[in-house]
Amino acid sequence: MNETSPYIGFEEYSEHVPTSIPLAVQQATGRFVSGRAARVAELPQWEELRQIGSDIRQHTIENMDGYLTHLEAAVLSAGGHVHWAESGEDARQIVLQIAKENKVKSVVKSKSMATEEIHLNRALEAAGIESLETDLGEYIIQLAGTGPSHIIVPAVHLTKEEIAVLFSKHLGIDAPNDPIELARIARETLREKFLSAEMGISGGNFLIAETGTLVMVTNEGNGRMCTTMPDIHVAVVGIDKVIPDWDSLTVFLKLLARSATGQKLSTYTQFITGPRHAEGEGGPKEFHLVLLDNGRSKILKDPVGRDVLKCIRCGACANVCPVYKNVGGFAYGSFISGPIGAILSPQMLGTQAARELPFASTLCGACADVCPVKIPIPTILRHLRRRVSQGDEFSKPTLSTSIRVTASLASFALAQNWLYRFGTRVLPTFMSIFKRGNWISNAPYPLSRWTKARPLPSFTASFRNWWKKEKDSTK
Amino acid sequence: MTKAQLFITCLGDQFYTSTLKSMTRILEDLGVELMFPPEQTCCGQPLFNNGFEDKTKGVALNFLKAFSKSDAPIVAPSGSCVSMIKHHYAELFPEGISEHDLAIDIASRTFEFTEYLVNVLKVTDVGAVYPHKVTYHATCHYLREMGLKTEAKTLLNSVKGLEFVSLKEEETCCGFGGAFIVTFPEVSRSMMENKVNDILACGADTVVMCEPGCLMNVAGGLHKAGSKVRAMHIIDLLASK
Repeated sequence: MNETSPYIGFEEYSEHVPTSIPLAVQQATGRFVSGRAARVAELPQWEELRQIGSDIRQHTIENMDGYLTHLEAAVLSAGGHVHWAESGEDARQIVLQIAKENKVKSVVKSKSMATEEIHLNRALEAAGIESLETDLGEYIIQLAGTGPSHIIVPAVHLTKEEIAVLFSKHLGIDAPNDPIELARIARETLREKFLSAEMGISGGNFLIAETGTLVMVTNEGNGRMCTTMPDIHVAVVGIDKVIPDWDSLTVFLKLLARSATGQKLSTYTQFITGPRHAEGEGGPKEFHLVLLDNGRSKILKDPVGRDVLKCIRCGACANVCPVYKNVGGFAYGSFISGPIGAILSPQMLGTQAARELPFASTLCGACADVCPVKIPIPTILRHLRRRVSQGDEFSKPTLSTSIRVTASLASFALAQNWLYRFGTRVLPTFMSIFKRGNWISNAPYPLSRWTKARPLPSFTASFRNWWKKEKDSTK
Repeated sequence: MTKAQLFITCLGDQFYTSTLKSMTRILEDLGVELMFPPEQTCCGQPLFNNGFEDKTKGVALNFLKAFSKSDAPIVAPSGSCVSMIKHHYAELFPEGISEHDLAIDIASRTFEFTEYLVNVLKVTDVGAVYPHKVTYHATCHYLREMGLKTEAKTLLNSVKGLEFVSLKEEETCCGFGGAFIVTFPEVSRSMMENKVNDILACGADTVVMCEPGCLMNVAGGLHKAGSKVRAMHIIDLLASK
């Protein structure tokens, strides 16, 4: 995976964020945050529920091999097919092979982060297969030719005006700025495709090992159409989505919708166990489950970093993240953004390509407060910062030599208190060159990066002298 | 007599001399005998939070040496630095070596200033008078890592003449984030501007917080915006008579 990962320039992107993005993002996330707060307030046992959810996920990722074996057997006995994909390329080839064997010309897709992760649409199109996203948000970003900028609202960065322009351009119509009208236009366009597609592709929110059941949590109904109307249903799902049993599921269904959209339950919750079993029954003739590893088992080897795999993809961490809300999802340079992206991408893509991401946080901790499965995001951010700055058993350091040398010097000066105290005596005099009144507005590099946005207070540093004169001398 | 050691923090040391004098006066007025170990420098958090755990050890050792000469509690005007000492020092040194035990001992007696006042000395009124409209920004590590949700407001509540105004998104980060402020200056700027706009909109003439770093950011932002709203450390407000 590493060799194909281009460098993610978070800082570079953050300097040119289109002004419309923070506005659109803050409007949507603001709604989710207040919705979530209201739903959480209704459940006095919320914290207990989070702990149970966290414990189940922890247990599952620590025993993943056993649950996956169980899951595979259950899917097979329900009449489904199971495919193991070690890499994104493996997963793409598996899907293309199924399509080829069944002479598939057109595919309808339900929203799936796993297929965004492996860029499946590109592969299908390259093979001459039409692939259409049918979730409204995904449909919009497919027209725009971008990836998602939020886990659950992929087109969160776009305003209705921008969406109308996209529709007008790509559908050759005069689309109005009205969300209801835009949804109607999309629905009409999609309806035809649902009826003609030979294959439906979905992701999955959970995989129940007990019965081999794929669980999908959606709001638009398109997920049902994709998984029931075409003759073949292919689900591409990360191996981390496995949960032990139906009892566990009840916990996650309570946690997921509340954390994600502030709903008690999403509009549709689908349970798919294998294909249709008899002629005349609904559902597809064939059900294929593609279990995607793509670096996950490597992440499992890291006892600190692996907690990222507990994630149930609710997006609550992004909704409360002040960094995410000011830069939007594209800054994170991958299919997954926000705090969870900042701890997943460096582990999935490597700390060369994604070395800036663990630092793209103030460690404010708001994300960990809302995470429904209690992923210690700030702890993992620090852990990955260590991987970048000083290296660990998984990677060599990838931080620039100049910053590492600076850190060594700072470390020396702060550990040798005579040197620090000497600095404290000379700094105010040196910095007074830049002082205007009580403020320093144009400090030299690297403090210039501070003063470009706001002035720095002037260095006073006279407490030590005062103490010496006032206190030590009177004793 | 109650004794305490002052940890002034490196940012306090460099930028907030008058706040440190106020802190000294408030504690002495409450009958606390203060000590100031001059060997103190920085808690090491800037290195630790940027992934240089190996380079943090020497700084932490300097701190542990400076403050272990007395067994008096350690009080600091920063929730973030105290959190570093309380929650991360012990993990820097492996179990079984003496520094590990020393780190646990020091952590158990290190307190943030408002925490020390309210929870240790059991003081909620320091006799301050400040007839102004005041709002409060809950700084992240103080709030979330230290879990100090009520201490600052309890103290503000006893200040004579003070009218408290709540701040929209009181618990949202101001964009300081230590090295973050210079690593991603534009993101930090946006976050700071959001905070400054909320402060300006709330109608207070003063905003207080319990963190020197965040204070530098917010005060600078207010100055840049040409605002007359005063940003101050809660200690400076509590020293007003």
